Amino acid sequence: MPDGANDMNANVPVLDVRNLKKHFPVRKGLLRKVAGHVYAVDGVSFSIARGQTLGLVGESGCGKSTVARAVIRLIEPTSGEVRILGRDILSLSKDELRESRRQAQIIFQDPFSSLNPRMSAGEIVGEPLLVHGIGNKKEREERVAALFDRVGLRASQMGSLPHQFSGGQRQRIGIARALALDPQLIIGDEPVSALDVSIQAQVINLLMDLQAEKNLSYLFIAHDLAVVEHISHRVAVMYLGRVVEHAETRALFSSPQHPYTEALLSAVPVPNPRLKRQKRLVQGDVPSPINPPPGCHFHTRCPYATEQCKVEVPPLVEVAPDHWAACHLRKPLVAVV
Amino acid sequence: MEKVAEKVSADTPATAKTVLEVEGLKTYFFVRQGVVKAVDDISFSLKAGEKLAIVGESGCGKSMTALSILRLVPDPPGRIVAGSIKLDGKDLLKLSDAEMRKIRGNQISMIFQEPMTSLNPVWSIGNQISEAVMLHQNVSRHEAFDKAVEMLKLVKIPEPSRRAREYPHQLSGGMRQRAMTAMALACNPHVLLADEPTTALDVTIQAQILDLILELQERLGTAVVLITHDLGVVAETAKRVIVMYGGKIVEEAAVEDLFENPLHPYTQGLLAAVPHLAALSTQAGEAASRNRLKEIPGIVPALVNLPKGCVFAPRCPHASDVCRNEYPPYEMKQPGHGVACWHAGKLAGGAHA
Repeated sequence: MPDGANDMNANVPVLDVRNLKKHFPVRKGLLRKVAGHVYAVDGVSFSIARGQTLGLVGESGCGKSTVARAVIRLIEPTSGEVRILGRDILSLSKDELRESRRQAQIIFQDPFSSLNPRMSAGEIVGEPLLVHGIGNKKEREERVAALFDRVGLRASQMGSLPHQFSGGQRQRIGIARALALDPQLIIGDEPVSALDVSIQAQVINLLMDLQAEKNLSYLFIAHDLAVVEHISHRVAVMYLGRVVEHAETRALFSSPQHPYTEALLSAVPVPNPRLKRQKRLVQGDVPSPINPPPGCHFHTRCPYATEQCKVEVPPLVEVAPDHWAACHLRKPLVAVV
Repeated sequence: MEKVAEKVSADTPATAKTVLEVEGLKTYFFVRQGVVKAVDDISFSLKAGEKLAIVGESGCGKSMTALSILRLVPDPPGRIVAGSIKLDGKDLLKLSDAEMRKIRGNQISMIFQEPMTSLNPVWSIGNQISEAVMLHQNVSRHEAFDKAVEMLKLVKIPEPSRRAREYPHQLSGGMRQRAMTAMALACNPHVLLADEPTTALDVTIQAQILDLILELQERLGTAVVLITHDLGVVAETAKRVIVMYGGKIVEEAAVEDLFENPLHPYTQGLLAAVPHLAALSTQAGEAASRNRLKEIPGIVPALVNLPKGCVFAPRCPHASDVCRNEYPPYEMKQPGHGVACWHAGKLAGGAHA
């Protein structure tokens, strides 16, 4: 049942997300009445072209993992539009959704809890093929062996259980499984965050090689800015459920337009002892997403906040060519209609 | 408290006296599969008011080193089998448990990675800090609580007297780590061991906590051992660095020296494997994004039944027969720069090897 993805116009973005929202109800009391909502994702839009990587960064609780899960409907979005290769994902039935998941796969952060401990590595990698009824037993085995080889595991390890692998090897198993169905889009939810530095470099290189080879698109979620800068073509910065800045990687890192991006960059420790930077530390903690501050969510920690910031939500506008920021202090290139 | 003035003046390690001296420390774990040499014959010293970082990947023995110093190694299966740990000249390994309790939290204390699990959830923050104060100082409950509030103020927790009455779950991760710091510093220790104090925190909060630890370190003159895997944190906080691999110290140097002239192939590999923020890097051209990172092949070894010879040899690009057969001696190659590698002399300046 090929859905005609291959003859689709190459200009159609692999992933197109419009105004995505996910609000989790907070229940309280004996009758579990809805007492409020966690605005985990509150109107997020972006798109990813073929062969490109979008890095999504932000601190814990900013909603980046919720975005990852919502775009492939591992959790149901509250509202918005998600198109994978032009096809609206949110209107699909369960069967159609399963079919569509051939195009989009996810790699999780924790290689210890995301692999079934009772399945062998080979079974884990081959399971997507089984679920989608691809090939017979022998063909599937050959495919799995080829995948093992591609991600740098030995085919002789196919019978081993996950606990017999190291963290980096487990993440390779996760990558092999994601590749099994030859997807167009791979969503990585902090895929290298749990790994040691020397292993992290191996996995990043593998992901980038695979992208070049198969023209894959990545939605790469991470909190490590240096890793995101390294792997991404474009970067979006999230804060409390909203995208506050979005630009081509170099532009975002060399001239951040949102005070939050600026603070994030300033806070990253740089492995160069001679570099003495004037740090612009932001004060305070990330506010609760249950009751986020009105206006610009960042105004409680922003050194430049004005009265307007406290009441009015700044729209995401183009402040420089192809550089978008949601800040009242930045003038849009063209007047907002 | 009287010691503060004296310690602050001794901020130059060259003249300062040695507060902590670890020699030939071996901490082994006796498990079914064999002997895990978590810490295998390490020696280092720490001067008053010094900032030392121990860096390495998971399982390299850096946390076990800290737990050994505090004599908190889980026994069984772990045991300190050899070595000495001298704090102000006194060997901690020869003390009784009761004597050790008087030292822990008083002359030497520790901040742990997980502020969530290392605070007691059923006691208020203020109570937990005053417990430490009352244990080591002859003060009333009331005075101890006042001291707790004072400490919370020192670590810049807003409204300290109200916060002192709150419980750990009411504080954010950053606030909890501040409270842990307050507790660790309440008795004015000579040595503070910080085991990945910011690893569980967001980057903006991490910057706040590191800033705080450094500020207090300077103000109180405490010597700090910072244990971390993050080379960025090392570069921004430490003066001297110890690199550990497979339970051993493979290199030790002043921080600038280590980053600019790493001698051990593992240190060289580690420095080359981290992606740099191009916009903030001095070698912006070199660190341009989307190049391949230099990787260290292979995996971090399990510490059970290690092969003979250099532990790093299976992953090392320069390994030769001697490396695979005999562990290299730890030698001072330059003043203050020690390394354990058969080929260190030849590899000098070979960071791009």
